[in-house]
Amino acid sequence: MGTLSRADVAHVAHLARLGLREEELARLEGELNHILDQYAILARLATDAIPPTAQTIALENILREDVARPSLPVDVALGNAPDRQGDHLVVPAILGGDGGGG
Amino acid sequence: MSAPAARAAALERYEAVIGIEVHCQVRTASKMFCACAVPPPDAAPNTHTCPVCLALPGTLPTINRAAVEHVLTTGLAIGASVPPATRWDRKNYFYPDLPKGYQISQYDLPLAANGSLTVETSEGPVTIGITRAHLEEDTAKLIHAAAPDGRRVSLVDFNRAGVPLMEIVTEPDVRSAEQARRYAEELRLLLRAIDVSDAEMENGQLRVEANVSLRPRGTGPFGTRVEVKNMNSIRAVERAIDFEIERQAAALDGGEPLRQETRGWDDAAGATYVMRVKESSDDYRYFPEPDLPPLVIDAAWLAALRAALPELPAARRARYRALGLPAYDAAVLVNDEGMRVAFEAILAAGPGLPPKEVANLVTGDYGRALNETAERTASGLAGRADAASLAHVLGEVVAGRLSRANAKEVVAEHVVGGRPAAAVIAERGFAQISDADAVGRIVDAVLAANPAAVADVRAGRSQALGFLVGQAMKASRGQANAAVVQAAVRERLGRGGDG
Amino acid sequence: MPDLASTRLAAHEMAARLRAGSVSSRELTEAHLAAAEAGNHALNAWLVIDRDAALAAAAAADARIAAARADGSAALAALHPLCGVPVGLKDLVTVSGGQCTAGSRILDGYVAPFDAHVTERLRDAGAVIAGKLNMDEFAMGSSTEHSAYGPTANPWDLERVPGGSSGGSAAAVAARHVPLAIGTDTGGSIRQPAALCGIVGLKPTYGRVSRYGIVAFASSLDQVGPLARDARDAALLLHAIAGRDRRDATSAPVPVPEELLALPASDDEAAASLRGVRLGLPREYFVAGMEPGVEARVRDAVAAFEAAGATIVDVSLPHTEYGLAAYYIVAPAEASANLARYDGVRYGHAVRGGDVLGSYLASRGTGFGPEVKRRIMLGTYALSAGYYDAYYLKAQKVRTLIKGDFDTAFAAGVDALVAPTSPFVAWPLGAKLADPVAMYLSDACTLPVNLAGLPGISVPCGLSDGLPVGLQLIGPAWSEARLLALARAYEGVTAGAPWRRLEPPGLVAIDPAGPTPARRAIALPGGHHR
Repeated sequence: MGTLSRADVAHVAHLARLGLREEELARLEGELNHILDQYAILARLATDAIPPTAQTIALENILREDVARPSLPVDVALGNAPDRQGDHLVVPAILGGDGGGG
Repeated sequence: MSAPAARAAALERYEAVIGIEVHCQVRTASKMFCACAVPPPDAAPNTHTCPVCLALPGTLPTINRAAVEHVLTTGLAIGASVPPATRWDRKNYFYPDLPKGYQISQYDLPLAANGSLTVETSEGPVTIGITRAHLEEDTAKLIHAAAPDGRRVSLVDFNRAGVPLMEIVTEPDVRSAEQARRYAEELRLLLRAIDVSDAEMENGQLRVEANVSLRPRGTGPFGTRVEVKNMNSIRAVERAIDFEIERQAAALDGGEPLRQETRGWDDAAGATYVMRVKESSDDYRYFPEPDLPPLVIDAAWLAALRAALPELPAARRARYRALGLPAYDAAVLVNDEGMRVAFEAILAAGPGLPPKEVANLVTGDYGRALNETAERTASGLAGRADAASLAHVLGEVVAGRLSRANAKEVVAEHVVGGRPAAAVIAERGFAQISDADAVGRIVDAVLAANPAAVADVRAGRSQALGFLVGQAMKASRGQANAAVVQAAVRERLGRGGDG
Repeated sequence: MPDLASTRLAAHEMAARLRAGSVSSRELTEAHLAAAEAGNHALNAWLVIDRDAALAAAAAADARIAAARADGSAALAALHPLCGVPVGLKDLVTVSGGQCTAGSRILDGYVAPFDAHVTERLRDAGAVIAGKLNMDEFAMGSSTEHSAYGPTANPWDLERVPGGSSGGSAAAVAARHVPLAIGTDTGGSIRQPAALCGIVGLKPTYGRVSRYGIVAFASSLDQVGPLARDARDAALLLHAIAGRDRRDATSAPVPVPEELLALPASDDEAAASLRGVRLGLPREYFVAGMEPGVEARVRDAVAAFEAAGATIVDVSLPHTEYGLAAYYIVAPAEASANLARYDGVRYGHAVRGGDVLGSYLASRGTGFGPEVKRRIMLGTYALSAGYYDAYYLKAQKVRTLIKGDFDTAFAAGVDALVAPTSPFVAWPLGAKLADPVAMYLSDACTLPVNLAGLPGISVPCGLSDGLPVGLQLIGPAWSEARLLALARAYEGVTAGAPWRRLEPPGLVAIDPAGPTPARRAIALPGGHHR
């Protein structure tokens, strides 16, 4: 199992889009490494032949029929918007071009 | 050097290696994971949203059965294998068009894998491997704008967020822009034929992206890959890839290193431009979606979908060829749903008609009428047409009782007004006289009335022959079969053969 | 101030009196609102006490009861027992038109435009929603100190934590502000605060109660459940909220047992049901680090079960020691994705920082508290490229082993497992804030149950140094009715015990001018950490 450097902590914070102050990064470096030490216990278990459990409930094929239902009125949909222009939400300019996936 | 020549030269030195990624909105009434209606392209912004597709706290996804079945159907149509069980995965990244901060997608267990599509090209058939087809949700639409205070902002419309999206990814099997175009055309045709999508590129229902790289001919490793986006028509796909091949070849020839980047196609400029340089590999942190139970696709479910599958375009083309149609006609009919429907209907209404004649009628006179009206009958025919009438028209032509010129008018009138073709032929007096005795009586009268012309013919002045045939046609008010008239005149004046 | 005597009634007693016409829902609601308004200064259990909505719901319930009474006894019997009974909601359950902060600054000012499934079901039953209860931010915590709106105090000792994350729910029920409250349990967040506050808390089987409208922490572990002062009341609340919901694909089409409405009223009858019951004692749950007072009370309870005719068998759940690490990988990983939607774009706390990236960093960096940031960081790391197999996948495999341990124990003929709920009684405010791992250890006996998706209940089993101790009963999937019957039986067996008659001293010692929990916390050693 790994040990996190300060740079690793900063990288993870960026992946998670958490703007952290220097003292937060410093504290997290210590805390996260302490927690990761606790994870080391898992390495004792041989799990190669064990299937993972992502869900405990034995359900499958829970599907919805393709029937449309009414949407929210625009003013309700945008009711909590921090910034709105007409019937659009507003976000600051996206710099650095296209960052989207799919 | 001209552009095609430059391209040809480039392709002598380099081999293009192209993979195509298509995102297709599958046709459903409601969104992928919520019951909002799928918005029409002209819907006002943010009118098709709900707590689920806005990712309000506490909301959960539910799976649209129709969307799943569309992808399974596509998988069957491309000969893909379908896993016995699959699940959903979260693809994590931050972007203002992605409300949850993750996209529900499929990572290592797509609904369909290892299929293929064979396309006809100028160099013969090419089979393109399809790695996978999976289901995911579309993102919101961003519009770049300026706020009233002048700040640069993006406006977000969540109508499209959560619309079902099928992603279809090929192997890097494509070797030219033409092949890429043909693949896009054939895939679009297939998706429409199996009725899973309207696949209109203009309004974003079908989005084609290409990964293009070059390698010196005869070498193995792939070159630096460039992703090309924003190709908004089939023609743009071909042009953009051709441009990219030339651009990359020029760069390689000049010793310039290529960058791994995403480029957009500018249709007006006829060039690609840099959108984003890939600095590090994305870390999407995929993991199984805990909010959705897995899908188990059993044989019965697949069999039901297979049974509902219509004849696929490739099979249909082959069948038309077997009916004796040339490849060109077969392709035209299969590519145009309106003509294909008419072709099938007329053949069914007139089983004895020669298929090639039916194809000619459909692509000719009927095709023109089809283009002139947006109206369709319940069975998909143009205007108010019915198959029996169209078959009747063609039957009359084939039997020599209706001229091809008059047939065109009958078809046009029938399509617009819907009156039976037989009635139109009768009223317009288009019934053609081909009966030798009846024609003979008219010809006899014309010869008797024109002794001078008869004498001219006998003296070898053959222009007079045409005059006599014209007089006979006139006497029949155009209803006589011209060929029969000509034969009768010649026979009576003893001028067989070439005249 | 109205007469607060009715706040000592159990919900099932209120139901009987409402039907008999000897009390109205308005009177009950007024009394509970008064208790909550008077006591909240000292406890900070409530983030919202919604007097207007509660009184409107009470009036509607009184009208329903009156109409049913006019229609005859069958109509009266058809009313849900909770009709007219006040209930509190943890502030991560959406109520249309109301706040839903999940204890976080990032949802400050957010107004939900829809009701949670649980809210709908409570409205259908005619329950009176009294307000929203404090909690650890996004349910991440075991003390309710990780709330952006200040800590909640334990009614048994105002200088101690109520447990968490449903600490507001537990404190409000223990302090008799409401007879019932809704909580959520991802790793023990219903059972542990119930234990620390001396009340009953049930975590249902995963899938028993719809999560629609519940702000997500860890989707494969979260369950909604009741907190109450006795087993019968917990059963009534579970009955009201359980059952399939088409909006939650993981809500199971399993029928809700009607026995939940028919737990025995008689202590003797309840106690008698223990004859022939086999209870397993998992040895791994009695480990070093448990407070001796806690162990003693749990052993007393086991002895009481045995004396009443139950058979106690030793069982082993060998992978228990791996549970904590597995849980603290799986839960943060799921949380890191679930909390990605809080980006300041559509709702909530938004701080503009130049471009979009800057705004994300600023909104999330200032909107989340330290524990939430810690878990987002852990989860993001556990899922990131190169670490997925070592952490997330490994944890999911360990989950299989832990679930297998329980399956094996139940397959061997054990009806339920008996264990401590928390290794500790309520600790002083601030005592564990500086050491996250020490805080995490308080969930060691509850989180394996979440990893396995099983139902578990905590019932009070006495006091240690004047502070409540919780006994945990764990059953196979869908055995809630059985667990509640066992809990009821235990109440019957211990009905005569002197500790049963003790109440939180905070009930009588509330000083409306005294310090709030936040001020008390600052005055205590370790208080500087907040």
